[in-house]
Amino acid sequence: MIQTLHKLWRNHGGLHLDYHKEDSNAAPVRHLPMAEELIIPLQQHSGYKPTLTVKAGDYVYKGQEIASHTGFMKVPLHASTSGTITAIEERPIAHPSGLSDLCVILKPDGKDDWGNARMPTYPDPNQVDGEILRQRICAAGIVGMGGAVFPAAIKLNVHDNIPIEALVINGAECEPYITCDDRLMREKPLEILRGVQIMMHIIATQRCLIGIEDNKPEAIAAMQAAREELGDQRIAIIPIPTLYPSGSEKQLIKILTGKEVPSGGRPSTIGIVCHNPATARAIYRAVVLGEPLIDRYLTITGKGVAQPCNVEVPLGTPIQHLIAHSGGYTPAAKRLAMGGPMMGISLHSDQIPVVKATNCILVSDIPENEQQPALPCIRCGRCAEACPANLLPQQLYWHSRARDFDKAEQYHLFDCIECGCCAYVCPSHIRLVDYYRFAKAEIRTQRDAKTKANIARERHDFHQERLERAKREKAEKLAKHKEQAQATTDDGKKAAIQAALERAKAKKAEAAAQATTGETTE
Amino acid sequence: MIFSKRTSPYVSGKQDVSSIMRQVLYALIPGTAVLIWYFGWGILSNLVLAIVLAELLEWGMLKLRQRPVRPFLSDYSAVVTAWLLAVAMPAFSPWWLIAIAMIFAIVIAKHLYGGLGYNPFNPAMIGYAAVLVSYPVQMTIWPAPVDFSFVHIGLGQTLQHVFAGSIQGWDALSAATPLDAVKISLSLHKPLSEIYATGQFGLLAGQAWEWVSLAWLLGGLWLLWQRIIGWQIPVALLGTLALIASVFWLIDSQAYASPLFHLFSGAAMLGAFFIATDPVSASTTPTGKLFYAAGIGLFTYIIRTWGGYPDAIAFSVIIMNMAVPLLDYYTQPRVYGTKQGLQG
Repeated sequence: MIQTLHKLWRNHGGLHLDYHKEDSNAAPVRHLPMAEELIIPLQQHSGYKPTLTVKAGDYVYKGQEIASHTGFMKVPLHASTSGTITAIEERPIAHPSGLSDLCVILKPDGKDDWGNARMPTYPDPNQVDGEILRQRICAAGIVGMGGAVFPAAIKLNVHDNIPIEALVINGAECEPYITCDDRLMREKPLEILRGVQIMMHIIATQRCLIGIEDNKPEAIAAMQAAREELGDQRIAIIPIPTLYPSGSEKQLIKILTGKEVPSGGRPSTIGIVCHNPATARAIYRAVVLGEPLIDRYLTITGKGVAQPCNVEVPLGTPIQHLIAHSGGYTPAAKRLAMGGPMMGISLHSDQIPVVKATNCILVSDIPENEQQPALPCIRCGRCAEACPANLLPQQLYWHSRARDFDKAEQYHLFDCIECGCCAYVCPSHIRLVDYYRFAKAEIRTQRDAKTKANIARERHDFHQERLERAKREKAEKLAKHKEQAQATTDDGKKAAIQAALERAKAKKAEAAAQATTGETTE
Repeated sequence: MIFSKRTSPYVSGKQDVSSIMRQVLYALIPGTAVLIWYFGWGILSNLVLAIVLAELLEWGMLKLRQRPVRPFLSDYSAVVTAWLLAVAMPAFSPWWLIAIAMIFAIVIAKHLYGGLGYNPFNPAMIGYAAVLVSYPVQMTIWPAPVDFSFVHIGLGQTLQHVFAGSIQGWDALSAATPLDAVKISLSLHKPLSEIYATGQFGLLAGQAWEWVSLAWLLGGLWLLWQRIIGWQIPVALLGTLALIASVFWLIDSQAYASPLFHLFSGAAMLGAFFIATDPVSASTTPTGKLFYAAGIGLFTYIIRTWGGYPDAIAFSVIIMNMAVPLLDYYTQPRVYGTKQGLQG
């Protein structure tokens, strides 16, 4: 089973946490009965909103496109099952501020009928041009399913001038409680690896490194067995030490390759493309089976649910439905989060639906020490010890708090991955990450305002210049006119004088002539 | 169902400020016990007096500054300051000496700079330095170490001395500390071998003091093991002190005390594990901590050998406290994905 040893690199910092993986990873994934209604938010990826192509009252088949993509950073959206669209309206979505957004409300008809919505299949993707496959991946609505929901096709669009050295598959799943990738790797390893092969074909790389934390021995074994079955020597399954946050893209790349993604850069600039196993499987299904992304594996766990488990559910399923089928809430249920305890977002209601980014629904209690007020920073430096990016969280905190954003940026604020390690270890219970989020948001707002102000100033300058030019042109025209007029009047005067002189001469001559004739006539 | 909202992370580590301070207090117990063993009730009276005063002053300052009292009084930081001062002061210190030291520590060095977390200088060392420069006589005379000395000087007599002033017949019991004795003798050009022969010295350094130092070391190692402190400060401080002492000792072993003497006399161990490691006033970056502690070791040797005071931990710590902002600025680690750390 053990393959050639792969050298691993060590990251700075990191934490050993209480993982609670055993709460939910034992049983196979469950399929729940269809919910009464599916709530499908229009925007489920990072980028721009797709354009709605259906209206209330329409009947849709499973997999039918309900919002289309035209343009950059957009991916389409598909109906998760067959049924009637009852409404298109604002509903609360999974957002840290509890915002609402436009959602398609779908009432399933229970038939789960694909109709003819399935896309054409490519049974042998290796014979298909990479660009066509990329278009398919986009058309299937596939985004990064690890939580960042970046459009997968864009990540697979690599520059010709930087050859891709390796595809990295992020099977680390380092957040406590979450086990859906673990279950997926145990249950669908072949689909994941087939998806991996498709991606390798698209980005033209001969190497794939699949990093899995060593607290998932079953997943490692299943993936290795599947690799043997495929016999693909280009793919390596690499167990990595369990240490939070090894599943952060940048950290995993360092562990597996020893390379660091440059500050502000993307992995592709150092010849790496990184994807999640669930994304790989979705790509396989889109390309080989013609199925768009309409469901996903996710974990329902925490002290607040009676039967923690993993499920595969259609996108749009309300959380309430998931909880009801996991034995309901326990008395400990005090907090609801989407994602893990370190980086998840807090939700205020269970009416919020599952989206492409939902890897975990965590219902937890409120630990005792959270009720204590934060004490001042005692500069103990535990945050800096724990920081996987090797930042100085305490300095970032001081400068963010003092709104000295320039200083915060100098201390590499934007290299913070918001993993929460610093806040976790802080003995004064300071909500460190909140300060960084605040500072980042402020800086972005200021930048936007600055850009807007610059545009406005440019416009104003241009307007001003145009006015001046118009004025100048008018003045020039006037001057020209005047000159012309002057010239004409000057000539006219001369002519008039001349004419007058001539007239006078003529008059004189006439008078003289008259006098002679008069004398004669009288 | 409506859920409580908060931003991630939703879990936190087990250590908090009060638990860290409590661990420091536990680690101070062995050294304090040995001190009491050799120097009697006087140490205990220092300790009780200092802690009571510290909490009273802390409470008063929090009230004056209109800060919440309960979370700050229960963080044990004032108790740690008091404890460090109490074991640094000579046994049987009169109450007013302790009171002056505590006022300097808690009121001036801590609260006037903004309270917990904001003090640029180590409060205990400011308190110590203030009384050291003001009352050098009282501060350098320690009772001679006697096993079971509290058999000889009872609790009642101790209290009488502490609150009512000196009583007859006590001068015979007092003696200069080993560091002071060596310094004075060396200034009289006595060779070290002759000084060591006076019987005031044990195997490693000053009699009694070497055991006290070993007990501080034990507590310090426990703090390291519990990951309450990092290795950088103790290793750099003791390493630098030992290194410089070795160099001079190898040049002239009769005129310069041995590295062991420097490590196990006076407050080197206490300073390395308990005082210089004060997180608030020490450097915060790993490299900065090395420079910070090495600086303390260097200044300690310089002041002990050529300066006007027998021990030098307090002044060295205060001097290096001043260098912390600079050290922190120039020793930033290299951030992931960048070429190098911020360098100006």
